[in-house]
Amino acid sequence: MSGKTISFGQALNAALDDAMADDGNVMILGEDVADEQGGGVFKVSKGLSSKYGTSRVRSTPISEQAILGAAVGAAIVGMRPVAEIMLMNFITVAMDQLVNHAAKLRFMSGGQTNVPLVVRTTTGAGVGFGGQHSDMLEAWFAHVPGLKIATASNPADAYGLLRSAIDDEDPVILIENITHYGMTGPAPEAGYRVPLGKAAIAREGRDVTLVTYGRGVSDSLKAASLLADEGIAAEVIDLRTIAPWDEQAVFASVAKTKRAVIVHEAVRPFGAGAEISARIHEELFSDLLAPVQRVASYPSPVPFAKPLETAFLYSVDDIVRAAHATTDKAINS
Amino acid sequence: MNKSDSSHAFTPELARSIYRKAYLINRTDQRFRAMLTNGELAVAYYPVRGQEVTAAAALSALQPEDYLVTTYRGLHDSLAKGIPSRLLWAEFAGKRTGTCKGKGGPMHITYPPTGVMVTTGIVGSGIPIANGLAMAAQIRGEHRVAVASFGDGASNIGAFHEALNMASVWKLPVVFLCQNNQYAEHTTLAAGTSVTSIAERAAGYEMPGVSCDGLDPEMMYQTMAAAVARARAGDGPTLVEAHTYRLQGHIFGADYSYIPKEELKAAEERASMMRLRQRISERQVTDSDLAQIEQEVDAEIEDAVAFALKSDPPDPDEIRFDIYETEQAA
Repeated sequence: MSGKTISFGQALNAALDDAMADDGNVMILGEDVADEQGGGVFKVSKGLSSKYGTSRVRSTPISEQAILGAAVGAAIVGMRPVAEIMLMNFITVAMDQLVNHAAKLRFMSGGQTNVPLVVRTTTGAGVGFGGQHSDMLEAWFAHVPGLKIATASNPADAYGLLRSAIDDEDPVILIENITHYGMTGPAPEAGYRVPLGKAAIAREGRDVTLVTYGRGVSDSLKAASLLADEGIAAEVIDLRTIAPWDEQAVFASVAKTKRAVIVHEAVRPFGAGAEISARIHEELFSDLLAPVQRVASYPSPVPFAKPLETAFLYSVDDIVRAAHATTDKAINS
Repeated sequence: MNKSDSSHAFTPELARSIYRKAYLINRTDQRFRAMLTNGELAVAYYPVRGQEVTAAAALSALQPEDYLVTTYRGLHDSLAKGIPSRLLWAEFAGKRTGTCKGKGGPMHITYPPTGVMVTTGIVGSGIPIANGLAMAAQIRGEHRVAVASFGDGASNIGAFHEALNMASVWKLPVVFLCQNNQYAEHTTLAAGTSVTSIAERAAGYEMPGVSCDGLDPEMMYQTMAAAVARARAGDGPTLVEAHTYRLQGHIFGADYSYIPKEELKAAEERASMMRLRQRISERQVTDSDLAQIEQEVDAEIEDAVAFALKSDPPDPDEIRFDIYETEQAA
């Protein structure tokens, strides 16, 4: 780290800037991404069209199929497009390009083509955007072989994951949390990379493993502090890449703690937590001292009114309670 | 379009080349259907009979390095864009020696060495992808052109409209080639499409829209050549509508009694290889030239069939490769 502080949004902007400077094949397309249109609704591409031109930083029509289709086409001939889909729910109108094309062209062509495409998209509940601007849909994409999905919990990782995603020879969906853009943290050195598929231990502990990603990391760290006050040492694993996820890091931690809680903002049924829980049970069943717990949001559309939105989102208390459910009987016995 | 434009002259050499491609397509389709009928192969196949001349003439306007995106009914386009018969046949037969190692099949033929970048099984999806190929060429300052080939039915899906708008706004070097074969699966143009001419739709996107007789090799070639030249010059996209005909059902083996008998009979005449042969022979191409082409093509197909049949299928372990850059664990 450089000793400086940087915001999440600045980190993403710096990653795009550095990647474009390093490689003339890197280009950006998406709604309002050029400076004339404001440099992106969340300002992530601010300044880049002025610096690199509007051929490489293209504001698009509101046409998600055309955006992702163009990105796929450019990627198979060696460009490195970074497509911004403003909000994750908008990907639903362009699923075909991701699921049928980006994910499959390498395989269906027998390896003759590949799709080094990055889709940046933001989402998340808690800011009153309601049912069509807030969903966490990572499990949909994680269910499609050929796609990679990553999400950062801090600005340095945002920089490093975006750089790795742009380097990657396969399509990567990078999910940003709408509540994260103002978050600050240590700034990484230029060129920093966070390898895809590698988790990080955000906090070490011996009693229970909290497996999470994205916004769940800061919430799990808060829960870990509360648990520490009770004498429970929680280990927090930040997956960083949701697919393919770092099974070995999770298994190593759970083998040590023998208890696991999975935390994510997406709704519980059929969420990423179900797969992670199933794999932990398959691999470590005889080591576990309690069934794996899941903390997730309530299975409803994301509501608008604050009391309902609060009822929808999981809370830090939910994480503490789930940890208790794995430890209450075991830890002092 | 200026038919007398000398840069797009329909020379005897070009006429010969188009005949060769059309005959290759016709005989490949015929041989493939015969093998499906007699059980030598068992795969889903979307026949191209009737559209041979359209692909042969239209894609003759491209350079080898120009890009093509086509659809599941794409055998004619694949061959017209120069995919070697052996590789195509082996892929159709699901063999490891095929273009895609048997992982794609007839619906997903890909062969970058001759510019066949994507063959999609999703109606209309290739059109935005062709934009991306054109965008890459535009950013790099290359003079390549991308062609999206699709049917009349695809002009009713959202991807078509999004893609034409974007291509027009960005002046992309792309040509949208609509092979209007009059049927969207089993639905006639009149029953499913709000316009009688697909080319009219270009007006909504401020780009030229041109209709031509896709069964007339000279008109098809020159219409396409003008659109390609316009794209290559940086003047933007064109929507080319080629009136052609699908002489078989949507998918091989399916009933197509919904096509009126008289209509089919008239189309068979218009799209017949005899008629093409007659037209080509009017272009200083001799009968013996044509006979020699036919002999060569027949031999090429027999060689390709033998190659495909004797090739090995992929090893089951091959499933782990090409999902990602690095192999997946067993």
